[in-house]
Amino acid sequence: MKNEMREIYLRLKARGLSPELEKKILSEINAVEAPPLADETALKPPVLPGVYAFADLQALQSLTAAVQNHTSQVRTIDDLLAKDRQREKDGFPRKVRVGRMIKPGRGGKDKVVVVPTATEEKLMHDPSFRDQEEETAGGGSGEGEQGEVIGEEPVRQSEKGSGAGPGQGEGEQHELESSAYDLGRILTEQFELPNLKDKGKKRSLTRYTYDLTDRHRGFGQVLDKKATLRKIVETNIHLGNLPDVDNIDTLDFLISPKDMIYRILSREKDFESQAMVFFVRDYSGSMVGKTTELVVAQHVLIYSWLLYQYANQVQTRFILHDTTAKEVPDFYTYYNSKVAGGTQVSSAYKLVNEIVEKENLAQDYNIYVFHGTDGDDWDAEGRESIPQLKIMMRYANRVGITIAQHSAGSSTEVEKYIKKSGLLEQAPELIRMDVLTDDADESRLIEGIRKLISQDKR
Amino acid sequence: MELINQHTKKIMEGCKERARAAGLRFENESLEYVVTNRDLLELSPKIMIPTLYDYWVHDVEVLKGKGKYELYPHNPYETVINTRPAISYYNDNNPDWLNVMIFYHVIGHIDFFQNNLYFRHTWDYDFTGEALSDKRVIAKLRSEHGHWVDYVIEFARGIDNLVGYFPELHRLFPVATTQLPARLDYYFDVFLQNIKKVKTSEYIKEIERYNQCKAEYADLCDDMFFAEVDRRHPEFKALFTKYKEHKSTPPLDLIQYILENSAFVNKEENKWMKIIIEVIRKTSLFFQPQIRTKIMNEGWASYWHEILFLQDDRIEGHEVDFARVNAGVTAMPRVGLNPYALGMRLFYAIEEWADKGRLTWDFQRLTDAYQREKFDSTLGRGREFIFHVRENLCDFTFINQFINQDFVTRHDLFVAGRRLNESKMVWEYYVKSRNSGDYRQMLLDSLYHPPRISIDHEKGKRDNTLYLVHLFEHKPLIKEFITNTLMGIEYLWGGPVELETHEPLPKAARSDRPKSADRAGEPPIQWQRVVYTMKERKLSRRVAA
Repeated sequence: MKNEMREIYLRLKARGLSPELEKKILSEINAVEAPPLADETALKPPVLPGVYAFADLQALQSLTAAVQNHTSQVRTIDDLLAKDRQREKDGFPRKVRVGRMIKPGRGGKDKVVVVPTATEEKLMHDPSFRDQEEETAGGGSGEGEQGEVIGEEPVRQSEKGSGAGPGQGEGEQHELESSAYDLGRILTEQFELPNLKDKGKKRSLTRYTYDLTDRHRGFGQVLDKKATLRKIVETNIHLGNLPDVDNIDTLDFLISPKDMIYRILSREKDFESQAMVFFVRDYSGSMVGKTTELVVAQHVLIYSWLLYQYANQVQTRFILHDTTAKEVPDFYTYYNSKVAGGTQVSSAYKLVNEIVEKENLAQDYNIYVFHGTDGDDWDAEGRESIPQLKIMMRYANRVGITIAQHSAGSSTEVEKYIKKSGLLEQAPELIRMDVLTDDADESRLIEGIRKLISQDKR
Repeated sequence: MELINQHTKKIMEGCKERARAAGLRFENESLEYVVTNRDLLELSPKIMIPTLYDYWVHDVEVLKGKGKYELYPHNPYETVINTRPAISYYNDNNPDWLNVMIFYHVIGHIDFFQNNLYFRHTWDYDFTGEALSDKRVIAKLRSEHGHWVDYVIEFARGIDNLVGYFPELHRLFPVATTQLPARLDYYFDVFLQNIKKVKTSEYIKEIERYNQCKAEYADLCDDMFFAEVDRRHPEFKALFTKYKEHKSTPPLDLIQYILENSAFVNKEENKWMKIIIEVIRKTSLFFQPQIRTKIMNEGWASYWHEILFLQDDRIEGHEVDFARVNAGVTAMPRVGLNPYALGMRLFYAIEEWADKGRLTWDFQRLTDAYQREKFDSTLGRGREFIFHVRENLCDFTFINQFINQDFVTRHDLFVAGRRLNESKMVWEYYVKSRNSGDYRQMLLDSLYHPPRISIDHEKGKRDNTLYLVHLFEHKPLIKEFITNTLMGIEYLWGGPVELETHEPLPKAARSDRPKSADRAGEPPIQWQRVVYTMKERKLSRRVAA
């Protein structure tokens, strides 16, 4: 990897680099050469239960509260959100958060659980503050010399068992979908995210419905009286049984069995639109902590919204990139992966384009690409990214780029070259960009989504 | 929710008799209910008080509990609440022997609630009864004022962790002071030490001068002495007068201060808010001792359920079942803290030390390890002493006083450290220290400790501003919470609110850059004093000079 990065670096250098960017690239290469670093915010140590985590009912009687299914839960959410809108009218900030929890499952069968949460804010000491500064984990008992390692816990649980194998339960999958679908509904209805005006014309060929739409002569389920009568008249005109149009005597009509027209049950193609969403995320070393969280949280929301808009006809692909891009099988891996590499946005765009071309997706799907990054790119001018982006815009319904800046102020490389390319002005219906700082909250994220997906001309 | 059946109640009454015989003291009446998981859904956000007032965030909390439970199936639920009569909750399919064990545990808690002096303010009334009438009052107010009731609840709850619990206790236990003239006390205790900050030698010289003066002039001494003081420190008189004024009004906590001085809630049309705020404050005060005696309370209950269960003749044949459940509850975790295990072992240890007379100076000054181990003055006062501990201490004093090297060594305790092993990408847990001082400090650091916020009257004088000062303890506040909390205080106060606090300066390095290998080289945290201002629901922040 180090060598690859060096190569890219030399290539870029031959083309000419600003000293500032060169310094950044070199430091990122060095970061790879150095052992992967322990960043406190990215690698939050597991929290051990403290003294106050214990309670009698649980400890002595193993009693815990019941779990309700999410359908009844959602009904309550509606009430809560109504309350929340009232708050806004009264001039107080909203309090209910539509919390999402990604529950890791074995073998990538993770699911999104939608839970409304409200935090009771108080003036409190920040408990994470000491954890970061000190390496004291808590108490312990038993054998062991001072300094002796007594146990290990993997930093990322997913590394053990990711990769969706065969036998992945359908039911589990459905659970994710239905929860996320609810979230999408809430987003659309309560947070007033727009409905898609045009879902595109790409149609699903795989779904059929059955309906009494076809007509059939001679037999069928329901007699179509009007059509039958018309047919009888037609036959009798041919037979010459209808000499005077103003004075029809139906008693003279001959009726052939073939004249009976029926409606018959038939298979119809489903004309629902379907979407393919590419979620692309920068997972380079600079994407630690909050930026990753923001990007991923926004992607969950976007996914939910699309799921609702397309009535569950949404497929997702997850792409991670640093200097090279790779596709990962599930959301959990997507969410949790991190390396200390450099950044080349073009690699990811290229991979998306390749996948679309190879699998001929453009024909059957409405394609959405959402890209989250902190805005760093070694390719500071976008010389490789912009052409790839243009290819992408030929087939995509919408490309949404989220830039989570580390600090407000100076704009990032990606932001600069995309603005400079003029694509945003040329094709506002195809590409949108949203720049947020890494202290954005949920309402800002939803605002960002509105910006990324709205179809109003700006 | 329904009461336990007569059969189980009879078992409970049998437990009470045996517990009384062992020396526990508690009121005769108690109520036991059978609860289902569904009941718990309603009860747990109300902190197990069935009659607590309704508040919509409780519903969200319920939902949150549901979701949280899906992810991390553990939640704090108490089995017994500190009411008159005490109410406790049971699973409906517990076998009898398990109920006996739980009953003893519950009785341990009830005994603790009703005898530990930190609960003194909860002894004179039944909280469920009051909560019920408060709930009705709030429901009535809600019918009159609609959703504004919920805002008042919300904003008052936002500061209910800042209640003056210790001042409240202080009021109940006035300290008997010597009847020396206040002027003398002020001169030696405050003026010389805190204002003049004189050196020890000078301080002693002053005392000597006073003693001499006393010997020479007897009754006239004070006047003579302070005539000299006035000559030397012309400012003394003025400062003393000011001090007296200040001292005569006991310090109010933030909620009390708002209740008394807020122009907003004291308006005629807003007076109803004060009722709600009082309820919130009272509720918070009620729960304060519980969180401050967690280790002791659980330790005490575990100690007694173990002792009493094993003596109980009714449960013969279930010793092994008991051992399994009991070990699950009271085993020391390899890494982590367990209040049952720690508290129980500490009570056993204290009892043993007191039995052998090891809590005496004779033992403390022994340095010879062999002699220490053999030391036994057969004092036999252990049981008596732990009852004394149960009555007078809270978690802080309990730990601070009794965690010593003997205890840490006997139970193989250590402070666990955690570090990242970068080549294996695992968190490594290791034995960081077996020193009792470190262990004690780790425990003390893990105890509940709300920020201390006081009101600065001087700085708050202009524009009806409420100026709050967060006492600096090397702990920053949670930044995300500041905005909404201050907004709530502003609403209740009816004017701008300022909060002075300390924040660490951000560290410069960003994460792409390789870090220096040794973490010891990191500079110490730099602190800066900042002032948050909440004015017309807009928060601003400035760095204080």
